[in-house]
Amino acid sequence: MRDFTYQRPASLAEARNAAALPGAMLLAGGTTLLDLAKCGVAAPETVIDISHLPGLASIEVGLQGARIGALAKMSAVADNAGIIREFPAVSEALWQSASAQLRNMATIGGNLLQRTRCAYFRDPSGFPACNKRNPGSGCSALGGVTRNHAVLGASPSCIATNPGDLAVALVAFDAQVELGARTVALEDFLLTPGDHPERETDLRPGEIIATVSIPASVAARRSTYLKVRDRQSYEFAAASAAVGIEFEPDGRTIRDLRVALGGVATRPWRARNVEDALKGKVLEPDAVRRASLLAMEGAIAQADNHYKIELAPRVVARALLKTGELA
Amino acid sequence: MSNKIDITLNVNGRPEALQLEPRVTLLDALREQLGLNGTKKGCDQGQCGACTVHIDGERVLACLTLAAQVEGREVTTIEGLSKPGQKAHPVQAAFLEQDAFQCGYCTPGQIMSAVSCIREGHAGSDEEIREYMSGNLCRCGAYPHIVAAVRQAAEAVQ
Repeated sequence: MRDFTYQRPASLAEARNAAALPGAMLLAGGTTLLDLAKCGVAAPETVIDISHLPGLASIEVGLQGARIGALAKMSAVADNAGIIREFPAVSEALWQSASAQLRNMATIGGNLLQRTRCAYFRDPSGFPACNKRNPGSGCSALGGVTRNHAVLGASPSCIATNPGDLAVALVAFDAQVELGARTVALEDFLLTPGDHPERETDLRPGEIIATVSIPASVAARRSTYLKVRDRQSYEFAAASAAVGIEFEPDGRTIRDLRVALGGVATRPWRARNVEDALKGKVLEPDAVRRASLLAMEGAIAQADNHYKIELAPRVVARALLKTGELA
Repeated sequence: MSNKIDITLNVNGRPEALQLEPRVTLLDALREQLGLNGTKKGCDQGQCGACTVHIDGERVLACLTLAAQVEGREVTTIEGLSKPGQKAHPVQAAFLEQDAFQCGYCTPGQIMSAVSCIREGHAGSDEEIREYMSGNLCRCGAYPHIVAAVRQAAEAVQ
């Protein structure tokens, strides 16, 4: 790890100014920044430690929804009674992420800015070509080992998967990130690679995520995060789904539906085609399984990740049936 | 290097004045500067849990924490879990009784993690223990005995 200078700003405004300077990087939980600095992917000249800033770790859950301070720890949000009651999928996505130690360190803001786990991205000395690290240098993953790479939202420049769980649940329930002067839907904030995989978010120089807000909804109250992976715990998703259902008063007909996928796309993937296909229908296994296949519309497999195209719709269907209490 | 900074860490209840480069992790500061080598360096990239310590009473990974970052916080390592001459911590006693290790390298991290796992209320069943201890790898594969030790300690503490 290259050495750097270390600063502790006293306020969010001071942190914003410091973060806007070239070579500066923010440190909150440190689980991404220090990991990437050790890999040689990140080489900050100045580390701006915002972990001590007061007033940015609150978790408020009310009638309008939840407001979560960017410095709230993953563990605190996962265990928050209001979040568990109003947004069970958010709590489930969190406690199924990482490990207990990492969840005590990592912040909600940092979680949304985590980088891909693409093995080529993480190994600059072994694989100099990476359009994300070094724009225009090529993509080492194309033609490489692609078992964990994306089948949705990829481009000829980059096929790296967004590894997050929390962001999938947040995108399903229309969460927004507050950046100080402006507020952006998380779904728009996280970008697909296109021709510029080095641009992963809509975060502009000097901007810091201050708050994440999630509007209350009946569908969020009845929600699930289902994560399927190679081992049972402490692993990234092979495929995951955040789903929420609001029924009509008959208790069977779907009024509102939310479906988002993780582990299969270059960003958290909202599947509105699945939602639209099932709204107004009665929740029953055959219809759910048929509609879930739509989630893979436009999917393109690489050599080793065909399985995701089969797996992901099954994960969506199982999550929907479980949430509707038919499985 | 001329970039060293002065910091004071509170480790196991004692203030420790250190001069170090900002990039020095808590793990390296503990082991190399304070001689507290009970905290182990396994993967050094946040994947194995061998470096688990407590910051303000919560389990974290010392390898992904800057020493400078925890100035003003309370650090507890395996050396601070029970005072010299006193009885072993119930979790330490349970690990001995259940023979919850082979080579012992992951053990300090396992014990620090287990203390938190019980304190957090996540040791209610074997399944829950396995989930909430999954951040501590044991290459010897002593997991069944580790789960038994955590269960025993959880029962003893309650």
